[in-house]
Amino acid sequence: MQIKAAFDDAAFINLIKPLHLSVIKKIINKTIEGLLMLSSTITTLTVLLIVLFLFKEGLSVFKESPLEGENVIVLSNQNKITHLSSIDIKKIFDQETTNWKLIGGANDSILLFTINDLSNYFSEEELGPNFEFLPQKMDSLIEANPGMIAIFSKKYLDKNHKSKIASIDNISPKSFLLGKEWFPTASPAVQLGVLPLILGTLYVSIVAILIALPIGLATAIYIAEVANPRIRAIYKPVIELLAGIPSVVYGFFGLIVIVPLIQKIFDLPVGETGLAGAIILAIMALPTIITVTEDALRNTPRSMKEASLALGATQWQTIYKVVIPYSASGISAAAILGIGRAIGETMAVLMVTGNAAVMPHSLLEPLRTIPATIAAELGEAPANGIHYKALFGLGCILFIITMFINIWVEAISKKRIKH
Amino acid sequence: MYKIESKNVNLHYGTFHALKGINMSIEKNTVTALIGPSGCGKSTFLRLFNRMNDLIDGVKIEGECLIDGKDIYSKSIKIDELRKRVGMVFQKPNPFPKTIFENVAYGLRVNGITHKNFIEERVEICLKQAALWDEVKDKLKKSAMALSGGQQQRLCIARALAIEPSVLLMDEPASALDPISTAKIEELIYQLKELYTIIIVTHNMQQAGRVSDSTAFFYLGELVEFDSTKKIFTNPSEVRTQNYITGRFG
Ligand SMILES: Nc1ncnc2c1ncn2[C@@H]1O[C@H](COP(=O)(O)OP(=O)(O)OP(=O)(O)O)[C@@H](O)[C@H]1O
Ligand SMILES: [Mg+2]
Repeated sequence: MQIKAAFDDAAFINLIKPLHLSVIKKIINKTIEGLLMLSSTITTLTVLLIVLFLFKEGLSVFKESPLEGENVIVLSNQNKITHLSSIDIKKIFDQETTNWKLIGGANDSILLFTINDLSNYFSEEELGPNFEFLPQKMDSLIEANPGMIAIFSKKYLDKNHKSKIASIDNISPKSFLLGKEWFPTASPAVQLGVLPLILGTLYVSIVAILIALPIGLATAIYIAEVANPRIRAIYKPVIELLAGIPSVVYGFFGLIVIVPLIQKIFDLPVGETGLAGAIILAIMALPTIITVTEDALRNTPRSMKEASLALGATQWQTIYKVVIPYSASGISAAAILGIGRAIGETMAVLMVTGNAAVMPHSLLEPLRTIPATIAAELGEAPANGIHYKALFGLGCILFIITMFINIWVEAISKKRIKH
Repeated sequence: MYKIESKNVNLHYGTFHALKGINMSIEKNTVTALIGPSGCGKSTFLRLFNRMNDLIDGVKIEGECLIDGKDIYSKSIKIDELRKRVGMVFQKPNPFPKTIFENVAYGLRVNGITHKNFIEERVEICLKQAALWDEVKDKLKKSAMALSGGQQQRLCIARALAIEPSVLLMDEPASALDPISTAKIEELIYQLKELYTIIIVTHNMQQAGRVSDSTAFFYLGELVEFDSTKKIFTNPSEVRTQNYITGRFG
């Protein structure tokens, strides 16, 4: 009886022990699994939230009026024109547009009126000691002059005004994307055309990658396939070191070496040009391109290379007929990463491109990129103002460009793998 | 004159002495089997004749390797020209990730041949020689990677034949294959003998017996015995050979 009890006990312990352990193991496994899932979920959510925030802020620029401050633009009721776009306003106040017919009105010359012109029309007595007659006087003046356009603060508007307030078009996506003028602090109406910035970014990045890709590919091929191990042991770390240099240092180098060089070679008034930016970006993208390409080249199985050589192919034939096609997707990845680096790069480009927000006609002129614009202007743009929102809009555009490039190159590399 | 000769060849991988004074003479249009335990130097010896060992850092080769009486290690020999005359089939099928057609055409293209009809003709002939034509004639434009292992190996043989080498080196060409594919390849070797001089490395004694005219037994980097296959398998002069082929060691 006793023996049986002892036996039962032992059996019970034997049963319970592994059970115990396996339960603990299961809990640990579940916990680790949960933690991993949590961290990846948080990461994904964070990325999504950032994108969401970017677009929320960026898109809100289209709800804004380009008119500065609390101003209104007032016209006579005899004037056919009822609404104006920001570029109309700019041209009128810059006196580029001097006749209403140019923007669809009657043939009548445009007469500008701002609060500073007050003394030309009225004496101080007429306006009263505390300017209490000012709104009413201005109102009748404007109403009497069909060619007049007046801009002033809302508080000077007569409560029973007879003249009409011109409606001002909000910033439209079309004028934002295709506008050629970027004057985000212009008065009386800001100009938010980002086309020069988009083109500046694309020009500089594309030229940079056109410079960097052949050089990077050649270097990677040399290191991976040609150089003897001793040379490789020196070159590789040096190139990897290049990737670690802060971008300000590249900018500084560009400013001191490349900018004067370009100025001298092309005999330009200033050396700060798109070309200087492209060269600096090319140098900065090189380490990424070389390292990624070299890894890809080295991933070509030895048996593939041997098969080619054994058929009498030379080393170069083997490289371009077997090794490069085999690593095509890796090389594409290198190109994406290089372009990504070039498009997003801020500091160095800011330092060497001259930062003129004008439509770029050649690479030998100063130009300005999207990231450089954001970096240079965000500090001085009042939070939640139209300028601030426009900069977020630029951020959205940059994001879309990079995403588009990613998808595009991905598609190319997929196509090539199939062959 | 012998087709292939090695005269007192020594090969070192760094400090490791992998081939020790090998002398061997091979007649034209024969099949020679190289046998011996793993690591004895069969592949190393085979790779001497298309200078594949040159790709490895720290290899030192002494002695003479002759093909058609010419020293293939002399300075006047261009390696890629040599490799066009000495084809090789590797142990693991290694087709290029290209189409079946392009795999066979590769050797022609790197030779500068661009004539479309000629290339098409050669591809068909070689695929027929390699007993693969019937299986792939409708999918020449499909990727070679989609073929079975045995088909891939026959494709590699066709690829090697395309440039009409006079010597064919085969390093365990059937070791990764099933019995049916193996039989096909053996049959193929038997037929190719009329046009090529073949050296084949194999671990399969029956295979060596079936396909080869002469057999060379290697042991620890030495050529222990080299004689007609019949003699080696029925009445070897060396005890070590006897022990190996009867499976007593190795
Ligand atoms: N690249 C190399 N570097 C250094 N030693 C090598 C190299 N290749 C082969 N060896 C050595 O040389 C010897 C012969 O190798 P080899 O590949 O010729 O043998 P094998 O007879 O073909 O063997 P297996 O039947 O396993 O293929 C082995 O001891 C091997 O370790
Ligand atoms: Mg071997």
